[in-house]
Amino acid sequence: MSMCMSTNIDNVTLSSGIGENFHPFNLTESRAKIEKKKFENKLTTVKEAVSKYVHEGSYLGTGGFGCNRIATALLHEIVRQGKKKLAFAGHTTTHDFQIMVAGECFDRCDAAYIVGLEARGLSKYARKYMESGKVKTTEWSNATLAWRYKAAAMGISFLPAKALLGTDTFKYSACKTIECPFTGEKYLAIPALAPDVSVIHVHKADIYGNCVIDGLNNSDSDLAKASKHVIVTCERIVASEEIRREPWKTAIPYWSVDAVIPVPYGSYPGNMEGEYFSDERHLAQWLEAEKDDATYKAFIKKYILDTKDFNEYLQLCGGIERMTQLRNEELLIK
Amino acid sequence: MSNNCKIEYNKMELMVIAASRELEDRSSVIIGTGVPCAAGMLAQKTHAPNLIIFFEAGGASPILPTMPVSVGDSRTSCKAIMATTMLDVMEMAQRGQMDYAFIGGAQIDMYGNINSTIVGDYKKPKVRFPGSGGANDLASLCKKTLVVTNNDKRRFVEKVDFITTPGYLCGPGSREKAGLPAGTGPYRVITDMAIMDYDDKEKRMRVISIHPGVTFEQVQENTGFKLLVSSDLKETKAPTKEELKILREEVDPQRYIIGR
Repeated sequence: MSMCMSTNIDNVTLSSGIGENFHPFNLTESRAKIEKKKFENKLTTVKEAVSKYVHEGSYLGTGGFGCNRIATALLHEIVRQGKKKLAFAGHTTTHDFQIMVAGECFDRCDAAYIVGLEARGLSKYARKYMESGKVKTTEWSNATLAWRYKAAAMGISFLPAKALLGTDTFKYSACKTIECPFTGEKYLAIPALAPDVSVIHVHKADIYGNCVIDGLNNSDSDLAKASKHVIVTCERIVASEEIRREPWKTAIPYWSVDAVIPVPYGSYPGNMEGEYFSDERHLAQWLEAEKDDATYKAFIKKYILDTKDFNEYLQLCGGIERMTQLRNEELLIK
Repeated sequence: MSNNCKIEYNKMELMVIAASRELEDRSSVIIGTGVPCAAGMLAQKTHAPNLIIFFEAGGASPILPTMPVSVGDSRTSCKAIMATTMLDVMEMAQRGQMDYAFIGGAQIDMYGNINSTIVGDYKKPKVRFPGSGGANDLASLCKKTLVVTNNDKRRFVEKVDFITTPGYLCGPGSREKAGLPAGTGPYRVITDMAIMDYDDKEKRMRVISIHPGVTFEQVQENTGFKLLVSSDLKETKAPTKEELKILREEVDPQRYIIGR
């Protein structure tokens, strides 16, 4: 019996992935371009921030974790403004991915986790979009994509790690293998990723863009450091004194942030730790609507395209009454 | 199904319970999305109250109040030791402090390689699945990988269309040759019919325990490759009343998992 009847032996000795690097990192260029953001009032609107920082062809990163602490208002606005041909980092993207698919906003995707909503099932439309041939993909894992941000955050062009090796995920990634100059040990070499713009939702921020995340950070501190521009939405604006009183809580400092917008319930229908749980009913409605083309088109029109802003969307979804229920759910109040 | 005290249970409940028993108290485990969430929480509420649970979005050693619907939702940091970053959790595995990876699987072969990326050709996929998520990282870096998945021929295949997540790759020595850390690899597969481990010599999947009411022939019929059999083949202990009660009332009262 052949040793390798179930798999491709080439992967074991493969030294370079064949996936496209959609956004190569150049250290000299990156150092020249990455601005230290000013200490100034950065309050703006969702509309203005998206129009100023998200452009055709931009590489977009999203904060949070799929249905948790996502910047829904900014993502809806990207769809409404008809932004196209973006490249998109699928770093556990679930509902955020669904929204970007609704606008057919991207044509290149770095895929770690896409098209699914974890235990809730798979998104029919997201799959259809990915199977349509309209999108070029390169494969990653959650950690390797996070290390790509970390490398850019560190100001270096790659990081070594021990994942991905020997698999097709490696083969279809843009990684290589490398030998440790000290021990000769084989490592995966992961190229840095510096998105053009990232959208991140946080619990609190001051007007300068100093941000507090009251809970899981996921990869957002690194994402903010890695990105050329960062748009932040927050549950509420706080006085700058509040930041300075507990500076150890600052997850993202002002020198990484370009724009700040207060958007209460801004992660809806996603979960916001300590604030409100995900709206499983609305997420299920969305998945259900995807089963029929006409229903889906009408759904997206109603909830995104025809709403003038995020507050109108919240009203359509049950407004403050629904938000209060979701807060009770988050706090496990029966 | 059970012959001693007529306790009724479905296949999903049995699978979750059998999977939960694999986690030892005081061990560390990164729990993936779906069925592993239910099994991990059940373990914490039964025989493993000091189980150190991690989630890839940064939840570190929580006391789960309800089963998470996402491995990044707020339940995953409830009464936790830390609410930290993804890389903090992944790097703990990379430096050798994580005993178990606990993941689900779409397609699996006899070496424990998993496909959760595509069906068909990569450039023109017939079906696109989510991809690795954190699964490749977990199975590359944790000491022992547990996989929980239903036993059927579409899932247990001769050749996976795409190796998303590494098992023993091509067999003995290939993980090491690929550069994966020493002392890591597939450990158990828990299905709705049986429990498998991997033969030491060939690194191939081997049945070690069969669930009550199931025969080896049935397991083989529902597997697309030839299974090895342990010389010490056991029957899986039926779920206890206590396990079922906690699973139904505390872990998954909404029947997200056990109602599938």
